[in-house]
Amino acid sequence: MSYDLAIVGAGPAGMAAAIEATALGLSVTVLDEQAAPGGQVFRAVESASGDPALAGEFLDAGGALTASFRGVTTIAYRPSSTLWHLAPDTGALSVKAGGASSELAARRVLLATGAQERPVPIPGWTLPGVMSAGAAQILLKTAGAVPQGAVVIAGQGPLCWLLAVQLLRAGVGPLTLLETGAGGALWDAFRAGGLWTGRRLLGKGVALVREAKRRGLQVVRGVRDLRAEGDAHVQAVHWHGGSLPCDTLLLHEGVIPSTHITRALGLDHDWDARQLCWRPRLDPWGATSHPNVAVAGDGGGIGGWEAAVASGRLAAIDAAHRLGKLDAAARDARAAAPRISLRSALSLRPFLDRLYAPAPTVLAPADDTIVCRCEEITGGQIREAARLGATGPNQVKAFLRAGMGPCQGRMCGTVVAGLIAEIRGASMEEVGALRPRAPFKPMTVGELAREPQDAAA
Amino acid sequence: MFRRRPEARPAPRDRLVDVYVAGAVVRVPEGASAAAAVLLSGAPAIRTTPVSGAPRLPYCMIGICFDCLAEIDGVANRQACLVPVAPGMRIEPQQGPRAARPHHNAPEAA
Repeated sequence: MSYDLAIVGAGPAGMAAAIEATALGLSVTVLDEQAAPGGQVFRAVESASGDPALAGEFLDAGGALTASFRGVTTIAYRPSSTLWHLAPDTGALSVKAGGASSELAARRVLLATGAQERPVPIPGWTLPGVMSAGAAQILLKTAGAVPQGAVVIAGQGPLCWLLAVQLLRAGVGPLTLLETGAGGALWDAFRAGGLWTGRRLLGKGVALVREAKRRGLQVVRGVRDLRAEGDAHVQAVHWHGGSLPCDTLLLHEGVIPSTHITRALGLDHDWDARQLCWRPRLDPWGATSHPNVAVAGDGGGIGGWEAAVASGRLAAIDAAHRLGKLDAAARDARAAAPRISLRSALSLRPFLDRLYAPAPTVLAPADDTIVCRCEEITGGQIREAARLGATGPNQVKAFLRAGMGPCQGRMCGTVVAGLIAEIRGASMEEVGALRPRAPFKPMTVGELAREPQDAAA
Repeated sequence: MFRRRPEARPAPRDRLVDVYVAGAVVRVPEGASAAAAVLLSGAPAIRTTPVSGAPRLPYCMIGICFDCLAEIDGVANRQACLVPVAPGMRIEPQQGPRAARPHHNAPEAA
């Protein structure tokens, strides 16, 4: 099958891009790893529509966007489909679905693969009962499920407050938020400006904080040196100056672009020193350093779902121009509205990025802390490898197997690089990043060998 | 351990699916993942690691961390957070490293 535009990911950016590109006359396919559209932010919004705990933006905006996407029946939507290889020069996409692999072709590819939560390597973070805050939210969205017993959210960022409100509405308690932000971050954030333009988004945040406190959220501020303790399951969380018993510990230090595929393609990336993450280098349309590949949404830099919708539309408009459906003047005219909404959606980012600036310690875990969860490699082992001469994460992988496990370095890659940079006194650019290779997700030989028709038979 | 909230899926969306986690039946909402079924079952671990044998449960639930690897309907090393439940699905925790099997279809040694 051949298309003008193949979109990878059916979150806000992918859905908005597909709707826009179809309206501009392109033939479009959308691949998505999940069984239903929405991405992570609007995950399972169609089946969760009766849940009072999720009332608000999730159900309203997410429900509307998903319904619009479903309404465009000419989009070739492929749910439960994982991209495992992409040849950008020829536009060949290899996709596994239903236990078999198949190939598609596209003249242009838009990666709308979104964000992941920043890994939070603290002592004890591999214990059962410790998970990311986003994971608990996914359980709420997909299964209506909530953690039992004492629950602690530890970290910082808007998601901590949103999740706290949703869990409290769902009857979770006692619930405590251990905020890790640095003292003085608020004043630094005010100096970033953008508060007037971003007043609608700011109001949303203030309302969340108020509702969380009204519903009984306990908040401890200025928390550092977190560690989880327990035998075969987390039993307590400790920090500098305090501790609490807990049955579930939910960690969150913000979200970062998911760069696994953009790295595997060898695209240019820039280190974001404020957000401590890599992002693919994009032009104002989302075009990458490869002429056939674009990126939209949080995968190109964290902006939230409204920015993702706008950047998805811009990338679709640019695709229509590059494929001969729009001249430059028509492209620019069509882009005016999404450019305004992108600017509005990003207006509060300078404030948020300073308020929730990640502590440098997220890239410098203690020696006894596991960094590579798959191969159980500690910070101390990685520092030692760097002292022995490993110059980057690809060398550390050969020394220690860090990044060689099933997650292919998605969790540890940036932390490993951060530790090497610390020991060698080098910059993150000098140390570099892991170079993932296809298959982007592990697959069985059976999936590789089986033709789709065999699987159907 | 996680619990279901019946009010989260009012009728007519209250469809439930029975699956097996380590042999025990668990009732989970349609559309939830095998990883969610494990967390709802109260199982102490979805796997023990190949390196140290430490217990793990799902960590990220979005297909990034691979801590939810499990044997699902006889296929090992599947990302349980990406597999939607189906009636009668069998989800088995994985214990440590996989043993080499002498014959492709030979039953697992007791």
